[in-house]
Amino acid sequence: MQFPILTVITFLPVLGMIIVLLLPKDKTRVLQSTAAIVTGLQVLLAIIIWMAFDTTKFGINDVASMQFVERLPWIVIPQTPWFGEIRIDYFVGIDGLSMPMVLLTALISFLATFASFSVKKSLKGYFAMFLLLDAGMMGVFVSLDMFLFYVFWEVMLLPMYFLIGIWGGPRREYAAIKFFLYTLAGSVLLLLVMIGLYFSTVDPQTGVHTFNMIAMMDPANLAEGSIFSIIGSSARMLAFIGLFIGFAIKVPIFPFHTWLPDAHVEAPTAISVILAGVLLKMGTYGLLRISFPIFPEMTHYFQIPMMILGFVNIVYGALCAMAQTDFKKLIAYSSVSHMGYVLLGMAALNVQGMTGAVFQMFNHGTITAMLFLLVGVIYDRAHTRGLNEFGGVYNKMPIYSFLTVIAFFAAIGLPSMSGFISEAFVFLGAFQTNKLWTILSTLGIVLGAGYMLWTFQRVFMGTLPEKWDDVLTDVNGREIFTLVPLAIIIIALGVYPTPALDWMSTSLGHLVDFVNASAPAAAGMFGAF
Amino acid sequence: MIEIIFNSIPSFWPEITMSLTFVVSMIVEFSIGRKEKSSTGMTTGLFVLAGFIITILQLPFQNPEPRLLFGTMYSVDPFAMFFKYLILATGIVIIVFSMQSAELRKQRAIGEFYSFIAAMTFGMMLMTGASHLLMIYLAIEVVSISSFILSGFSKSLHRSSEASLKYVLFGGAASGVMLYGMSLLYGLTGALDIFQIQAGLASGVFVPQEADFAVLMISIIMILVGFGYKISAVPFHFWTPDVYEGAPITVTAYLAVASKAAGFAIMIRFFYVTFFDSMVDIGKWVSLPHFEWNIVLAVLAVITMTLGNVVAVWQDNLKRMLAYSSIAHAGYILMGAVVMTDLGISAMLMYFVIYFFMNLGAFYVVMAVADRIGSEHIDDYRGLGKRAPIVSVGLSVFLVSLTGLPPLAGFIGKWMLFSAVVEANFIWLAIIGVINSAISLYYYARVFRNMYLREPLNGDTSPITFSPLVIVTTILFIVPNIIFGLYFGPLVSYAQHSVRIFLP
Repeated sequence: MQFPILTVITFLPVLGMIIVLLLPKDKTRVLQSTAAIVTGLQVLLAIIIWMAFDTTKFGINDVASMQFVERLPWIVIPQTPWFGEIRIDYFVGIDGLSMPMVLLTALISFLATFASFSVKKSLKGYFAMFLLLDAGMMGVFVSLDMFLFYVFWEVMLLPMYFLIGIWGGPRREYAAIKFFLYTLAGSVLLLLVMIGLYFSTVDPQTGVHTFNMIAMMDPANLAEGSIFSIIGSSARMLAFIGLFIGFAIKVPIFPFHTWLPDAHVEAPTAISVILAGVLLKMGTYGLLRISFPIFPEMTHYFQIPMMILGFVNIVYGALCAMAQTDFKKLIAYSSVSHMGYVLLGMAALNVQGMTGAVFQMFNHGTITAMLFLLVGVIYDRAHTRGLNEFGGVYNKMPIYSFLTVIAFFAAIGLPSMSGFISEAFVFLGAFQTNKLWTILSTLGIVLGAGYMLWTFQRVFMGTLPEKWDDVLTDVNGREIFTLVPLAIIIIALGVYPTPALDWMSTSLGHLVDFVNASAPAAAGMFGAF
Repeated sequence: MIEIIFNSIPSFWPEITMSLTFVVSMIVEFSIGRKEKSSTGMTTGLFVLAGFIITILQLPFQNPEPRLLFGTMYSVDPFAMFFKYLILATGIVIIVFSMQSAELRKQRAIGEFYSFIAAMTFGMMLMTGASHLLMIYLAIEVVSISSFILSGFSKSLHRSSEASLKYVLFGGAASGVMLYGMSLLYGLTGALDIFQIQAGLASGVFVPQEADFAVLMISIIMILVGFGYKISAVPFHFWTPDVYEGAPITVTAYLAVASKAAGFAIMIRFFYVTFFDSMVDIGKWVSLPHFEWNIVLAVLAVITMTLGNVVAVWQDNLKRMLAYSSIAHAGYILMGAVVMTDLGISAMLMYFVIYFFMNLGAFYVVMAVADRIGSEHIDDYRGLGKRAPIVSVGLSVFLVSLTGLPPLAGFIGKWMLFSAVVEANFIWLAIIGVINSAISLYYYARVFRNMYLREPLNGDTSPITFSPLVIVTTILFIVPNIIFGLYFGPLVSYAQHSVRIFLP
């Protein structure tokens, strides 16, 4: 039996959490280094996975070409005269869609651990929650069984609530409960669809109902007469909408985005980094992993509405960002805008758009993480994030300003930065599908450049107000350690994106073909939009 | 006749033991207990506890093969057996809790308290198996009268006496209405045992003419009032918040778990047997076409869970909040009764086991904290996370479990219930159910917001110490909440084996 690397990478943080809980609470250094070692080991494992990953295998709806698969029976209740057998598997594995996310999660968690070193209040609880959150995120990206997926998906909520609620800013209570309620409201819809899918799907090997997501993707496995058995039925349409809302809240897609600015502004820096870097991706990942392949005909049917929502996200997010005077809130709204590109790209349903979307997920993870870290740097010193309170920071903090330039240009999508490649792919793909909404969406690039450059002008140029003279010092070693790797990744993937595109292209190509195969089924439904 | 009684007795030992425990414990209390100087009631308490343990040890020897005792009075089947275990286990836990409760120790003549717990338990055991209208009524009355007395036990407390009086008035009215409904049903079918009633309804002895149909409907709704009052379903819940708040907290916990379970047991049996028509598929059956009772129950479930959850949001007293939360949970469990498939019933049974661990745990922590800080008010929980870490973690686990978040047991319970509802195609009910469980998060989260996110009101951050017994008990309740959340196979199996209800 091969080394269960996905189990180890997922449950390593749980082990770390147990160690943290057993340590005495005043040993600051020990607690910090435990978290750093655990997340560092995770990065190492992620690199091993990357090295051993076979980019020619497509995965998605094919178990045989999933990689690092582990499958063990978890809950087995034998058949009785009155009940059928119940089976839930512990089933994990990755393909080209989840591999970049696993890498991203490991990387961002590791860097966020170092950003957490500025946390002073009850460290023990902080790192315990942080590591539990880490385990939950990793679990979502490796699960192939929907029950397992759901468990991991929900496991993250409570640690996130406490991380925002205890270690957050002044309005932390409000932001924490808002996040919690929004996400829970979304995930209960997911739960219902999951139950419906369970009763609709029969595993061809065992002949009993299953939570296996891969089995759910094959219409041949749908039990006759079950709720989701008729392709193109209104039950499937409702299920798709329910799933979409559940995932949209996480992304967040307009109009379900209102929790995001609050959560981001109140969360401590490291948690904002995790939130923007990894958590938002889970929404789009869920759409690609569950909604698209399980309900392909509905994906087609809702293609244009999804593109329109992508456009709304892009432009609305950018306009909101432009109106902000709080640095962190600005970045939060820019996230809304950038996640719009992801939605636009995947709704295009062609290889270019899809690749652009997944690549944008990865890039947004690194770029926004870097932006939040940068905001954290200045907030730690000045204890304010008001954009209009600064000016002339460039002269005082040259290294910091240089790193900011990289991150801003990457966010704008300047060529030679990774963001450019993914946005270009998104537009390339989307243009082939629908010219109108794609052209309108390009407005987002102009607006993005607008608010980013304007911010840069307000904070970094001009003259420095005197009150900041003693306060602002340039980035220290720890901060450089968290920022530089991200900068390197951003530039490296901007100049030479081929390796990253190789990870995903085979799987995404297959996903696109698979979804498009059901286009005829969509054509006859309900009438077109 | 006498032969039937004698033949039934060997199968009736657990119930006999429980009734003997009640009677003899009274004698013990008056002959030995009252002579103790401090009169802590410990002697009687230990005697009753022993009675409970002997009873629960006898249960495995009560053959669970479905059959009838005493003519058609009393059914013995895996379904009743399941509830007997649950009720006795709750009883044992409640007795142990009561022995630790500072609130009860202050009362005089506390020994009788345990005797009435035994009496109430005897009634609940009868409720699990009663299959004759008279038996159903008597069993419910035994439980009601004992609980009237128990809920007024903190005699010095004004709110306790008030609770007791409200309970008596409401309980009296509800059982009166139920009795009238039963008499109507008897008038329609000419039978008192539910099997003959079923036969009468099915065979056409009762011809559904329009007038009779209306009478049947009225009689069933009247009987439902009695059941609804026992499980505190809205709109028969008005006694619940006052009684739960006023009664000694261990009694509240007993009412919220065991009494509710017994109420559900008798309700399920009544509907299942009386309106059973035929099996259409494994685990699925159709009801007699006279009466759409599952729509009535669905409406009841929806208003029960919605009102329970919405009102709980405004509560500042934790005991009262848990009271409304238990109303909401009755609503969730009712969803299982709406579908009444084998899956639905097994989900209800499973929910009860999980509910036992999460709800008793929550009540226990509230009791332990009230004993130390003298308050159940949510503001006094501020900063508790720092002052009493283990107990606070415990309460958080129980509340998260009650919310139904994985990986805790409460999620498994909800998941099974929603599965049953979705499988039976009651999608709208499932949607209302999940929206409700999102609402419930808000008020549960208020508690851990106060415990962890806020500093104490008066700046008192001194640690609160609890005895090792409290810590151990809390941990003993945390563990099953986690284990059943991650590994629930045996629990599901057991619930599935317990769905067999005796049918002639």
